[in-house]
Amino acid sequence: MQYFLSEEQEAIRDLARRLAEEKIRPQAPVLDEREEFPSQLMKELARADLFAVPFPEEYGGMGYGLFELCLVVEQLAWACAGVATSYAASFLGALPILEFGTEDQKRRYLPSLAAGERMAAFALTEPEAGSDAGAISTTAVRDGDHYVLNGTKQWITNGGEADVYTVIALTDKTKGARGASAFVVEKGTPGFSFGKKEKKLGIRCSVTRELSFTDCRVPAHNRLGREGMGFLIAMRTLDKARPGVGALAVGLAQGALDEAVAYASQRVQFGKPISSFQAIGHKLADMATLIEASRALVYQVARSIDAGQRDFSKESAMAKLFPADVAMRVTLEAVQVFGGYGYMRDYPVEKRMRDAKILQIYEGTNEIQRNIIASALVRELKSRRR
Amino acid sequence: MLHVVVCIKQVPEITEVSIDRRTNTLVREGVPSIINPFDMYAIEEGLRLKEAHGGTVSVISMGPPQVESSLKEAVAMGADRAVLLSDSRFAGADTLATAYTLAQGIRRLGQFDLVICGKQAIDGDTGQVGPGLAEELGIPHVTYVRRIRELGDGMLRVERMVEGGWELISTTLPALISVVKDINEPRLPSLKGIMRAKRTPVTVWGLEELGCDPQRVGLTGSATEVVRIWTPEPRESGELLQGDPEQQARQLVERLRGLGVI
Repeated sequence: MQYFLSEEQEAIRDLARRLAEEKIRPQAPVLDEREEFPSQLMKELARADLFAVPFPEEYGGMGYGLFELCLVVEQLAWACAGVATSYAASFLGALPILEFGTEDQKRRYLPSLAAGERMAAFALTEPEAGSDAGAISTTAVRDGDHYVLNGTKQWITNGGEADVYTVIALTDKTKGARGASAFVVEKGTPGFSFGKKEKKLGIRCSVTRELSFTDCRVPAHNRLGREGMGFLIAMRTLDKARPGVGALAVGLAQGALDEAVAYASQRVQFGKPISSFQAIGHKLADMATLIEASRALVYQVARSIDAGQRDFSKESAMAKLFPADVAMRVTLEAVQVFGGYGYMRDYPVEKRMRDAKILQIYEGTNEIQRNIIASALVRELKSRRR
Repeated sequence: MLHVVVCIKQVPEITEVSIDRRTNTLVREGVPSIINPFDMYAIEEGLRLKEAHGGTVSVISMGPPQVESSLKEAVAMGADRAVLLSDSRFAGADTLATAYTLAQGIRRLGQFDLVICGKQAIDGDTGQVGPGLAEELGIPHVTYVRRIRELGDGMLRVERMVEGGWELISTTLPALISVVKDINEPRLPSLKGIMRAKRTPVTVWGLEELGCDPQRVGLTGSATEVVRIWTPEPRESGELLQGDPEQQARQLVERLRGLGVI
């Protein structure tokens, strides 16, 4: 479908596509097999200025918005969802600084993140605080002009590879989620260490590690926003990042569909290409329709957010929920179209199926997205009655 | 300040070209144009020299107006300036006339230290324009360069590919080199480069601006004439052995025995 991109948006999409085809795609199976972080590819993305896309020009960015970020993420995920996750997670880590940082904090961190010289990570989840993010127990105790952090963050994407971490910790344990604050913690800060690298089902080239804070002293000027704003900062960050996850799902699913269509046209059974059988043709048709609906939703939500829509929790949850479910379904179907070959690791679709599953889980499970949407519906009804 | 001039040629993407069996000519319609792949290595090497030593990279080409897109791609990769030598009177130039016209363009660019060309174009395949250009400019040249060892004060030391090995050659600057694909891996353009290329106008110089002798350009200035172009007879398609793999293998062995190969 024609989305009427501007000339510049087309240039962004085309460059991301070129990198995806020429650099990422040939390496994706190897990186998956070795569970190897794509350091070299991250350098290529940096050199192509792709990290700079969503950052303002005054901080060395290209001054584009969430929509253009989605265009990049979609193309990267078309080649490899693990690479796209590593790229997108850096922006997720940078978002709290971009949205809530002081001028000084922005100047200190954003230019190197926009240049891709450093990567960022976002640290909220803990062993006992997943969907129930308000249950975090990492603490930050004020001590003069520092905060002392203690606790553990779990399943942090880019953990160990990133240089800049935005960490949510409790500055007032008695207030629960309302007592949380956000901090920028740099890799190498004494008392800040990394746990083991997780072994995952999919997106295996993306790294996921535990972060440990043991009497880790962080300068007070690294706190983002006021004390007590941490949970709000985290939720706003996730709201804004969700269409990016949706775009990742769209790209991943599109890649699976492209593989399935090519295979179905060339695979002959009963003397005919299997694409000529309705059982296969209808599968492909449904996959294509679901993907296009996802893309339209993601693009429109991203454009609305860029255009200044104020409350977008519900729409951004939809733009994550639907494409993630679609990516799961489409990749399962792609494996079915490939039949026995689809189950073999020598063929490209089983990786996509493994990769797709995480999209229904990370950055807020799809169940949590439904909660967000449902509570927004009830809120909207109440405000209409008033 | 180091000034590197890179010469490029726009060529048809040959992997996409087919031959009209009726007329025996290339089907050019709808075939995308690309920068001659060997020239991509020339651009990359120019950009690397600029990154290492500072200075500027100018990229120059002779051809019809549509060559502008290739020049813009070079700017997107990082070239500072793009010049197109374009004039209907330049059409039909052989390597001699092309070398003369490019030399006029490079002189007009002003002082330069190094000219880099790809070793040859994938359409003409002559490899003559680089050396011809150096002769026109009256500077030394080294062809088939696979590595620049050293670029110093007024001198250049390079490795030149020869059959079965390589030569180490030193030359004074200014000089011209032609490069082979072993020399580097060309970069993709950057987004900032692409946006800059959109804003950067390509300078276009015609016959008058270049002060060319009309007798030395285009078809008139060409010393060679293409008498006939033909394509080799297409090879007959082979015979496909029928049957299941076992039967096919048996037939193959019989045939090979019959031919006395095994």
